[in-house]
Amino acid sequence: MTRLGDLERAVMDVLWDTVPGTSDGVTVREVADALDGRELAYTTVMTVLDRLAGKGMVQRQREGRAWRYRATASREAYIAQLMLDALDLGGSRDAALVRFARSVTGTEADVLRAALGAEAAGSLTDRVEDPRTDRAGQPALADEATDR
Amino acid sequence: MAYAAHFAATVLACYLTAQVLATSTWTWRSPRVAIVCWQAVGLALGLSAMGLPMALGLTAYDRPTGGALLALGSDLTHGTLPAGMGAIHLGLVGIGFGIGAVLFGTTVRSLHAAVRAQRRHRDLLTLVARRDPEVPGALVLDHPGAAAYCLPGVRPRVVVSAGTLSMLDRAELEAVLTHERAHAQERHDLVLLPFTALCRALPWFRWVRDAHARVALLVEMRADDKARELHAEAPLAGALRRFAAAGHRVTPAGALGMGEGDLDVRVQRLLIADRPPRLIGATALTVAATLLTLPISLFLS
Repeated sequence: MTRLGDLERAVMDVLWDTVPGTSDGVTVREVADALDGRELAYTTVMTVLDRLAGKGMVQRQREGRAWRYRATASREAYIAQLMLDALDLGGSRDAALVRFARSVTGTEADVLRAALGAEAAGSLTDRVEDPRTDRAGQPALADEATDR
Repeated sequence: MAYAAHFAATVLACYLTAQVLATSTWTWRSPRVAIVCWQAVGLALGLSAMGLPMALGLTAYDRPTGGALLALGSDLTHGTLPAGMGAIHLGLVGIGFGIGAVLFGTTVRSLHAAVRAQRRHRDLLTLVARRDPEVPGALVLDHPGAAAYCLPGVRPRVVVSAGTLSMLDRAELEAVLTHERAHAQERHDLVLLPFTALCRALPWFRWVRDAHARVALLVEMRADDKARELHAEAPLAGALRRFAAAGHRVTPAGALGMGEGDLDVRVQRLLIADRPPRLIGATALTVAATLLTLPISLFLS
């Protein structure tokens, strides 16, 4: 992974994990503070957040003189999106992924779609419930593991 | 008229060759030869589909299509057309160009869409996938579902899900990773691209989708062969079986493009160690080369 990709990931991790309960987002300063160990310049963090906003990964909102940033979707939703691509359930073959094989149980497909659907609805309550729907997928895995 | 007949004959021959390719099983033993044949047949068919209406429109010139097109071009700039060259003939030539434009356009559009979707996929992977010392060179997605795939490109990514990691043992996982790297190295996404584009351009033709499915299966078999060169057959077959078993209590009808039959076929061919059929392969390549030479020579002379 490139250094830039590495930074983007670290910033997203901050938005997802280290700033709990902030529905209206965090400022660049707060992100930079949370990434204290990396000793990043304020402007670097701002550039990374700008890039992420350009890609649609974060949303920003002006508050006074500062911008407040928050993740567009949860980590689980992004993973669900990638899995739908990977399992060719996304309805688009554009990504032209070449798969070894895929196997999905019906429940898994539903759970994946639900994770996306909840995100599309976009309300905060849905987002809080996200991890729960994800955990609902776990029994299916345990099921498969017993196959061996 | 003779040239139009040439093109028509090529179209027919391509159709028949495709039928043979789709039904014969020697292709499973030498997937690479079969893939080359499919590509040649596809290209020959596209060129002939362009050439047939053009040749019909250019009968007045009584020359091979390439030379006749050049002659028509210079005649058009001078504003003189030979006798027997009417609006219908010009229209036919236009149709030929139109077919070419549609085929080329859909291919470019497919490529464009693929590059965009892949960039998005790559961006998301950067944010949520993790490296794992257990699977060097691959990215891991923390999800219980079973998936293993290759995101193609200049810097390809091999991705496996946590579900796959817990499902396969060490040797099986190595085989799967080699399989995916083979996809990346041989750019199988580009091999499939023209067929995907054709599916897009002609969605209502069953045989186009069949051809796409065939080539997709052959590409998997080719990657299977690379994996079995490096590892033994057993881990690869084992991995395929596990995927098949995990997906067995499945699934919304039509959601899976790849039938379970295809997985079975791949396991079966791994268990039977057969030498690639050299004679049939050479014959098939000769036929494919001939098919491709016919339209090209008409366009170049």
